[in-house]
Amino acid sequence: MNYKIHTPLTDNIVAKLKAGDTTKITGTLYTARDQAHQRLVELIQKGQPLPFGLRGQIIFYAGPAPTPPNKVMGSVGPTTSSRMDLFTPILLAYGLKGMIGKGPRSPEVKAALAKYNAVYFAATGGVAALLSSYIKKSELLAYPDLGPEAIYKLEVEDFPAVVAIDAWGGDLYEQNRELYKEI
Amino acid sequence: MREISSLEITRVIKDLCLQANRVLRPDALEAIKKSLGFEVSPTGIEVIEQIIKNAGLAASKQLPICQDTGYVSVFVELGQGISLQGDLTLAINKGVKEAYDEGYLRKSLVACPIFERKNTGDNIPAFITVDIVPGDRIKIVVMPKGGGTENASQMRMLPVSGGVGAVKEFVLKVAEGAAKSCPPVIVGVGIGASFDKVGLLAKKALLRPLGDSNPNPEFAALEDELLERINKLGIGPAGLGGRVTALAVKIEAAPTHIACLPAAVTFNCHAARQAEAII
Repeated sequence: MNYKIHTPLTDNIVAKLKAGDTTKITGTLYTARDQAHQRLVELIQKGQPLPFGLRGQIIFYAGPAPTPPNKVMGSVGPTTSSRMDLFTPILLAYGLKGMIGKGPRSPEVKAALAKYNAVYFAATGGVAALLSSYIKKSELLAYPDLGPEAIYKLEVEDFPAVVAIDAWGGDLYEQNRELYKEI
Repeated sequence: MREISSLEITRVIKDLCLQANRVLRPDALEAIKKSLGFEVSPTGIEVIEQIIKNAGLAASKQLPICQDTGYVSVFVELGQGISLQGDLTLAINKGVKEAYDEGYLRKSLVACPIFERKNTGDNIPAFITVDIVPGDRIKIVVMPKGGGTENASQMRMLPVSGGVGAVKEFVLKVAEGAAKSCPPVIVGVGIGASFDKVGLLAKKALLRPLGDSNPNPEFAALEDELLERINKLGIGPAGLGGRVTALAVKIEAAPTHIACLPAAVTFNCHAARQAEAII
């Protein structure tokens, strides 16, 4: 199926999405990768407020290239998601509904997606000039000291992403691997 | 002795960094376009189409192909007949720094690997390999490479008794991790030499033109066999399933110790960035 979806994500939308569905996402994405994840989880553990409310939101595992003059955004694309696997279940427990990244996830993340009714999208890695064209606004939200690993708030329009792991245990990486394997 | 100034080196390195990051390796683009004819997965075909479109956009808008503009590997073949005026390492690093500052390329290095992991802020140091060769020219190859393909790389001291079978098994096992390396990938395999040199052999294998074969027919046949087997793993473009997992397998071999069979496997992603110049 093809879906046009908007953020924040609701339980109804998430429950409809199945591994292999293609989506065009419009709304807000928050970039966060390795070091930002570490800080977010530390804040949760200390009971302190986060730089943005997680409820219904989508985190984009990305560290953009610098923005050239007169452009909304430099090249931006997904980084390997598995490096964030350790941090993901706790963010989902605190209301995060979606993530965009690239590559397979751990069994723990899949279990957490099912438990909290959340979804993992894959965007294509290495096509960052193309993906930046879907970003209409960008704002540095937190952790400027982290450079490219800072948290950016992005407004996107029809951002292309595939449902890679759904809330029902469906995993496109595994399903298609089986389907196209020739040995 | 032919004199070459460090200013010239800096200028060339800067140009090569900008070109490599914005213009996809032409042989990679050609191989990617051809792969559309082999791919059967609808998602895979869509990914390949995105890659082709992205290459056009990056070149025309002078944007980096990938946001991970990587660390910069620099391979220098330095002619013995050259008298270099100035400091080669400083000159190379200055060129990298200028390209990454002025070209809006992402700075992707941290100074300390485990403790503070603070960004160096200028994407240096470059990782430089210098080979001294006959002649009075300098050949410089610049290869910016992202973290995903590095993390999927592996090195192993294989048992000598395992022979070619052990090498095949190792390469195919490492290739299972290609899903995290932005496939379709280029696979670089180093076999032989020593613990420290075999990784470099694998890296240098990545530099070869995609259309060539190893001059040794046995290694050429091994390259073909491994490519065919990797493309049967089902990993596919972006790891989302399909037939096109690798564009090429390149093997570089070297003499080794009677007790040793070192092997290393590394990848370049479909966003293969490489540029070269001869001074």
